[in-house]
Amino acid sequence: MSPHREIPLLSGRRISKRFGTFTANDDINFDIHEGEIHALLGENGAGKSTFVKLVYGLLSPDNGQFLWHGTPVDISSPQAARDMGIGMVFQHFSLFDVLSVAENIQLALPAGLSLREVKERVITVSAEYGMTLSPDARVGDLSVGEQQRVEILRCLLQDPSLLILDEPTSVLTPQEAEQLFAVLRRLRDDGCAILFISHKLDEIKALTSKATILRSGKKVVTCDSASTSAKELAELMVGAALDNSMRTPPVSHSEADSLFCLDQVSRPAATPFATGLKDISLSVTHGEILGIAGIAGNGQTELMEVLSGEAIGDAIVGNVMLDGVSITELGPDMRRQKGMRCVPEERNGHGAIVNMSLSENALLTASHESDNVSASGLVSWAKCRALSRKIVGSYDVRTPHQDPVAGSLSGGNLQKFLIGREMMSRPRLLIVAQPTWGVDIGAAQAIRAAMRHLLEDGAAIIIISQDLEELLVMSHRICVLNQGQLSDPLPTRDVTAESIGLMMGGMANAVVERAV
Amino acid sequence: MYDDLLLTVLLTSVPLILAATGELVVERSGVLNLGVEGMMLMGAVAGFGVTSLSASPYFGMLGGATAGAVTAALFGFFVLGLATNQVATGLALTIFGTGLSGLIGAPLVGQAIDGLPAFIVPVLSDIPVVGVLFSLDVLAYVSIGLVASTSFVLFRTRLGLVIRAVGDNATSAHALGYSVLKVRFYAVIFGGMMAGLSGAYLPLVLTPHWAEGMTAGRGWIALALVVFASWQPWRVVGGAVLFGGVTIMQLAGQARGWSVSPQFLSMLPYLATIIVLVAMSRGGRAERGAPAQLGRIFLPPR
Repeated sequence: MSPHREIPLLSGRRISKRFGTFTANDDINFDIHEGEIHALLGENGAGKSTFVKLVYGLLSPDNGQFLWHGTPVDISSPQAARDMGIGMVFQHFSLFDVLSVAENIQLALPAGLSLREVKERVITVSAEYGMTLSPDARVGDLSVGEQQRVEILRCLLQDPSLLILDEPTSVLTPQEAEQLFAVLRRLRDDGCAILFISHKLDEIKALTSKATILRSGKKVVTCDSASTSAKELAELMVGAALDNSMRTPPVSHSEADSLFCLDQVSRPAATPFATGLKDISLSVTHGEILGIAGIAGNGQTELMEVLSGEAIGDAIVGNVMLDGVSITELGPDMRRQKGMRCVPEERNGHGAIVNMSLSENALLTASHESDNVSASGLVSWAKCRALSRKIVGSYDVRTPHQDPVAGSLSGGNLQKFLIGREMMSRPRLLIVAQPTWGVDIGAAQAIRAAMRHLLEDGAAIIIISQDLEELLVMSHRICVLNQGQLSDPLPTRDVTAESIGLMMGGMANAVVERAV
Repeated sequence: MYDDLLLTVLLTSVPLILAATGELVVERSGVLNLGVEGMMLMGAVAGFGVTSLSASPYFGMLGGATAGAVTAALFGFFVLGLATNQVATGLALTIFGTGLSGLIGAPLVGQAIDGLPAFIVPVLSDIPVVGVLFSLDVLAYVSIGLVASTSFVLFRTRLGLVIRAVGDNATSAHALGYSVLKVRFYAVIFGGMMAGLSGAYLPLVLTPHWAEGMTAGRGWIALALVVFASWQPWRVVGGAVLFGGVTIMQLAGQARGWSVSPQFLSMLPYLATIIVLVAMSRGGRAERGAPAQLGRIFLPPR
């Protein structure tokens, strides 16, 4: 044991932070020791992100004091935090899209390393930790999952003594997450302290030794995460008893005509870093949920663009059919008018316009529902605000004040808003990517319940997700997207997490043959 | 005769290269300074004035660069310190520079100075046609050196990486611990120095007099040139020669009584910019060229 074992590496004493009248952190006391993996748990909007931003010097506390090795410190800037040895992997990535992977990493390292040396280190360390990354790839062309690897790698190369990870596993496959945990455990054994934010209780149980639970900006308790059950943790977090997940009831009219299908759709890769789609066929029927599993970067983004109508034109071969009529040539707006709704994976800037208020964002996809938002062809802001309030109320979106800009919401809260926005119009077909990524347990359950409710009206849902648990619980049939190819769908009752995991790793044929 | 024409084209393009290279760095850091014309005029009047007082065109160069930097510092103070709108502040800077340079320069009207001498490289300058390249003034050679070093710094050094990072994603750069405002302020100052130097080139080389508004829109052409060059320093040189060539063609055409309207010819540089922009966006490159944060205000969150 190191001599510092008894003095915490970092302590927070009575930390408070307010934004206007909203208290994000209220009188929080916190200790983390060297060689400890400490979980920070809480629902969306509980103040976890604010707290870690205070630790990382991105925000400064209104009250309270941080101690580093027992000495009072003022963490005035991220630079100061990094100089002390604090590294952070962000929930919304802090990467530079136009720069290459190596350049992004070089920016976070101390001066004096040449780009070539950085590239070599990227290759060595990424291989060592089993995270494949090409140092010359342009970050803007990478998938979300790959971008996160860049973030994590960037921190690892800085040799931090305290590493903060804000929901790092939400975009990783179980196998990738396991690899990450191996890395984190090794760092812990080297004496590094790790502050780990996650919603996945099994991960917290498996990885962390202590857990601090926040609720509405206040600390509930710091407990021993190994000896506290997942159910207890969840209840501490939500503040109420929970009824845990159950599978979606099977479809009663499974052989009904398909509502929506893709017929042998192919799409060449638009950039060197994109994935082309090869001969994709799928169909989904009334009252059915189709799950599409797959590791990030296997064509999810490209497929989503084809489904939503963002990508149309000559490059796309094959047919997209709704109600047996081709909608291949229709753009997103036309498809929306036919009762299709999409929630893309990236919330900021794709699903929502960050600098616009929630009511404006609500208007953007509801503009054709005249009774909702407009009177005599003109926008009725009163109706827009009412719609936005209705979404906020029904989906438990926690907002700092009435009608804030979308960018000021935490990731999970914005997701609740976006899903709510699309559900509100009772679509006939809902296509969602990563529906509950970064969303807390309570809200994830609410979202899932709402999706099931939608099925009762005869709607169909396609979920593209990396969260296998979720797909197994939610979907009636599952297929796997691997290197731009989609496997034949299998009924969920016939598959296990292991078999899907194998298919995600590119061993589709073996599994299908066995299933047939 | 064609040597003369070529020489004039090259000389006309030098101030464009200088000002556009400076603005390119400013824009790479995410700041849009529309005050290039104003900074150039300040540089021109200071360059002329200092040369007139000290009888040394080299002091004049220094004076021009300093005046440009001071004017840019004012812009930086408003845009970065007080977070004012960059477009409005930049336009105001041009109006301010035009007015102030006219005021300062009023007593200088009618005076003449000895400008920068041509530095003729022996032997090389005797080569036909190409020889023109070796009979330019010091500042012309320096301008090429500045383009080379700007390109090197931007794409081969850590400093350049930081500048590009700040221009692409200020929030992330801040999160990594880089001082966005400091980087941008220095970039703005550099842009001002280059614009000042570019302005000083006019009285020191092109016409040895001071006249109010003597930049005659060159600052705006420099701004267009940055876009034309899709934020790549070396393309600035090609663009500047093209723009310079078109400007001279218009004068030469008038002198020779070409039947093309001079207004049409003076429109050409801008037409060329539009064509290049369209070509770039059709090739899918526009999105890669423009710094993502261009013109956006950044306030460090506290």
